[in-house]
Amino acid sequence: MSAAPSAVSVRNLWMSFPGKGSAVHVLENVNAEIAPGEFVCIVGPSGCGKSTLLNIIGGFLKATAGEVLVQDAPVSGPDPRRIFVFQENGVFPWLNVRENIGFGLRKKARAEKAEIVSRYTEMVGLTGFENAYPAELSGGMRQRVEIARALAANPDIIYMDEPFGALDFITRLKMRADLVRIWERERKTILFVTHDIEEAVQLADRVFVMSRRPATVREVVEINLPRPRDLDSAGYLEKRDRIFAALGMSLGVG
Amino acid sequence: MTENPQSTQRPVQPAVVPYDWLRLVLPCGVGLIVLLVWDLCVRFSGSDLFPKPIDVARAIVELIQHGLLIKYIVASLFRVSWGFALATLVGVPFGLVLGWYSRAAQAFNPMIQILRPISPIAWIPVAILWFGVSDAAPIFLIFLASVFPITVSAMAAVRNMQPVYVRAAKNFGLSEWELFRQVIFRACLPQIITSLRIALGIAWLVVVAAEMIAVNSGLGYLIIDARNAGKRYDLVVAGMLLIGLIGLGLDFLVRKLENFDEVRWGYANKS
Repeated sequence: MSAAPSAVSVRNLWMSFPGKGSAVHVLENVNAEIAPGEFVCIVGPSGCGKSTLLNIIGGFLKATAGEVLVQDAPVSGPDPRRIFVFQENGVFPWLNVRENIGFGLRKKARAEKAEIVSRYTEMVGLTGFENAYPAELSGGMRQRVEIARALAANPDIIYMDEPFGALDFITRLKMRADLVRIWERERKTILFVTHDIEEAVQLADRVFVMSRRPATVREVVEINLPRPRDLDSAGYLEKRDRIFAALGMSLGVG
Repeated sequence: MTENPQSTQRPVQPAVVPYDWLRLVLPCGVGLIVLLVWDLCVRFSGSDLFPKPIDVARAIVELIQHGLLIKYIVASLFRVSWGFALATLVGVPFGLVLGWYSRAAQAFNPMIQILRPISPIAWIPVAILWFGVSDAAPIFLIFLASVFPITVSAMAAVRNMQPVYVRAAKNFGLSEWELFRQVIFRACLPQIITSLRIALGIAWLVVVAAEMIAVNSGLGYLIIDARNAGKRYDLVVAGMLLIGLIGLGLDFLVRKLENFDEVRWGYANKS
C-alpha cells in the first residue's frame, strides 16, 4: 500500500436492513481503497446495494459492521468537505440557479461568493440562467445546477449517485463529456454510482464491479485509456466487455 | 410534393393573447341567474319579511348613508386580522416543530386532536369569562378556529417533504436553526400558504359567531342586531352578502401569494 493516505478507504463493510422475519443482507464484506483525485465508478446489477454503499460512505447511513475512513478519519456523518449529488436531484426548488449554486458558500464574503458562483455557473454552461428557478429548467440543467453547487463548495470528494439516470440518452452523453472536462480541470476525487456500464467505462479511472445482493466487490477494472475516450476503440470495447463478463457471470451464477 | 413556399416561414404569433372574456361572463351570468331566481321566489311566495335583492341593495345604501358600512367592515377585518395573525405566528412554527420532531408530535398531537373538534361557538362562554366585553374575546375565538388547521397542515407538510432536501442541507453542514429557516420552512411554504388560505376562510366564517358576543360593531353584530332590533331582514341579508363578498376578496389576496417564484414550484398545476 502506498504511503499517501487514501481519499476513501472502505474496510470489511457489512450492511443489513431489518426485514420481514429475517434481516436483508445488502453488503457483504466490501473493501475498497480510492486514491485522491481518482475517478471511480461503482457498477452493479440494479438493487445490488451500490447506492447503499455510497450512502454509507457519504455518512447518510450507518453500516452494520466495518468502517469507512475518509482521509484516515472515520466517517460519522455527512460533511461539507464531501458533497453528495443525488439521484433524485437535491436542487432546492425555492432558490434560483444563482442561490442554489451559492448554497454551500454561506460563510464566504459577498464578492468572493459572487465570483465563485459565476465561475461554476459558466463551467456547467448555465450562464444566462442565473435567475431561473429549477422548475423552469430541464432535467439536465437541474443536474448541472446540482453539480455546480457541489463544485462551488470546494469539497475534496464528490459522491454521485446515478446523477444522470433520469436523463435522456443524448443529454446523458453530453453530461458525461462535460463531467470529464470539469473533473480534468478540478481533479476532485469522484465516486460515481451507475448501473450503466458504458457510462462507467467512459468516465472512470477504475470501475468497481459489484455482485448481486448481498453485494461485494467482484472485480476492479482499471480503465487506463486516454480521455476523451473513443467509444469505438478496441481498448474501450475490451474494457466494456470485461465488465459485462464480470456482471454476466455473477448474474449467471446467481 | 407541392410545397407552399410560405409554409417554411415561421408562423406569426399574435403579440397579445386576447382576454378570455368568458372567464368573467360565466360567473357573472350565474350571479345574475341566482339574483333573478331569488327575486322571483320572494315575489311568488309573497313574503313580507324576506327581502328581494333590491331591498338588500337599499339596505346597503342605508348602511353607507349612516357611515356604518365601512365602520363594520373595518371592525370585522380588524378582529379577523388579529386572530388570524396570532394563529399564523403560533401555528406555523409549532406545526413545523411537531412535524420535524416525532417525539414532540407524540406528546402534543393527542391534545391537539382533542381540542380541534371543539367548535369555536362552544368556547363563547369561556371567552366571555376570560376576556369580558372587549375585542379580545372575538379575537380569541377566531384564533382558536384557525390555529388548529394551520398547525396540523404545517406538521403534515414537514412529514411529506422530500427527504432529499434535508439530506442535501445536512451535507452542507447547516445548523439546526438554519435547517429550519432555510430548508424545512421554505420546502413547506407552498403547503403552508394553502393552509393559510383555508384557515383565513375559517376565520372569516367564525367572525359572525365571534361578534355575537360582547361587541357592538362588525358584520356579525350587524346580522344579530338587525334580527333582534326590528326584524330587519334586509340588513341581515346585506350583512351575509357583504361577508361573502369580502371572503371572496380575502381568498383572492391569499391566492396572489401562490404566484411568487419562491413557492410557485409547489403547485403542480401551475404552468
